[in-house]
Amino acid sequence: MSAAPAGSLPAGFSWAFARDLRLAWRHPGETLLVIAFFVLVASLFPLGVGAEPQLLQRIGPGVIWVCALLAAFLSLPGIFAADHADGCLEQMALSPHPMAGWVAGKIAAHWVATGLPLTILSPLLALQYGLAADTLAVMAFALALGTPVLSLLGGACAALTLGARGGGMLLALLALPLFVPILIFGAGAAEAQASGLSPSPHLSLLGAALIVAVMSLPFAACVAIRIALDSP
Amino acid sequence: MNWFYFSSPSTFYRLAGWLAPWCFVAAALLGAAGLYVGLVQAPTDAQQGEVYRIIFIHVPAAWMSMFLYFVMACYGAAALTFNARLAGMMARAIAPTGAMFTFLALWTGAFWGRPTWGAYWVWDARLTSELVLLFLYFGFIALANAFEDPRRGDRAGALLALIGLVNLPIIYFSVLWWNTLHQGSSVSFKGTSMHVSMLTGMILMTFSFWAYAIGAACTRVRCVILERERRTHWVRSL
Repeated sequence: MSAAPAGSLPAGFSWAFARDLRLAWRHPGETLLVIAFFVLVASLFPLGVGAEPQLLQRIGPGVIWVCALLAAFLSLPGIFAADHADGCLEQMALSPHPMAGWVAGKIAAHWVATGLPLTILSPLLALQYGLAADTLAVMAFALALGTPVLSLLGGACAALTLGARGGGMLLALLALPLFVPILIFGAGAAEAQASGLSPSPHLSLLGAALIVAVMSLPFAACVAIRIALDSP
Repeated sequence: MNWFYFSSPSTFYRLAGWLAPWCFVAAALLGAAGLYVGLVQAPTDAQQGEVYRIIFIHVPAAWMSMFLYFVMACYGAAALTFNARLAGMMARAIAPTGAMFTFLALWTGAFWGRPTWGAYWVWDARLTSELVLLFLYFGFIALANAFEDPRRGDRAGALLALIGLVNLPIIYFSVLWWNTLHQGSSVSFKGTSMHVSMLTGMILMTFSFWAYAIGAACTRVRCVILERERRTHWVRSL
């Protein structure tokens, strides 16, 4: 009698992380589309509101944050929907690894494929808006802290809407209100820096939100996937 | 005594049918008393004049919007942990009433803000978090109705309600954490900074709204039960 293969949380995490990253690498179109959307929308604002440098400096951090938030949101259905449609999700749920591990791995891979490129690209857009160097650095740091929270919140919401009617719009109604606090603190950090105040309270709150999200939301996403797979 | 006697939809259907009219009567009586105290007996405010009297709708509605979300999330937790059918139906039945009170709080707030702050809407922490609460209610209603299997809608909605619970302390403490236009609380358990008749009117209106919420939830849950259990013997023999 052979022993059942032992599963572990880190092994499940690294397996799902590597698998989803490899998938993202082999279909680079999706990631590039997210980045293209981010750059395009951020470039529309100066054309829409007028290109006065002072106005652009004022609205820059907020606009870049909203664009990052929308870009992260548009890629959310990709985390679980395809695997749910072809049955992979059920096979993963049957694997010996604890669910929280590979769910967290998939969410982390989503962040590396979307949130991280947006964070790296944001200083370039910030230059388009004429932001000062220190404001720009604070904004990129805030994005680095905030976009993982967006991926975690969005992952839980995406898992909730698996197989639902009206998927995309429903996901918007669920996820975007929950993104609001991250948007406020994230844009607030750069704004505080630009107006000569310390950005550290905003950054601390973003860090606290990240810790709470990492500790709780993978488990919420697990519950949502179990509900979707009807295996309570 | 069997504590779980009313956790079955068939027994709760009868209890809700008995409870709802009494709650509506209580809501009407308390509401009439509260409006009399608030609009006739309470003195005119020294700074705001007569316009402050919108407080007798605004504050109870805002309290109920948060309280009902909490109750809904508790029913959601019961639906998830005990897999109780009735708890999921109750969460569904409460959501529209909660959304209504949230909307009422925002709407009366806009009409109060115009003469006192000079604007219908400001992007203040409390207003924004209350608006997020309205969208959480809408999200719950949309998610609960988005699945073919109603039990799945119950459980998905319950999880969303629990995630959204984070927003309640943000609303409640927003006037303390941020120094904003919306004034802080005048009422606490230690005492109040307002005239006694003003407080009495607010408390009466709160109990009136509370009774209305129970009555509306009971009426709505009866419809949900009938729809869900339409193939059972007890519904057919009604």
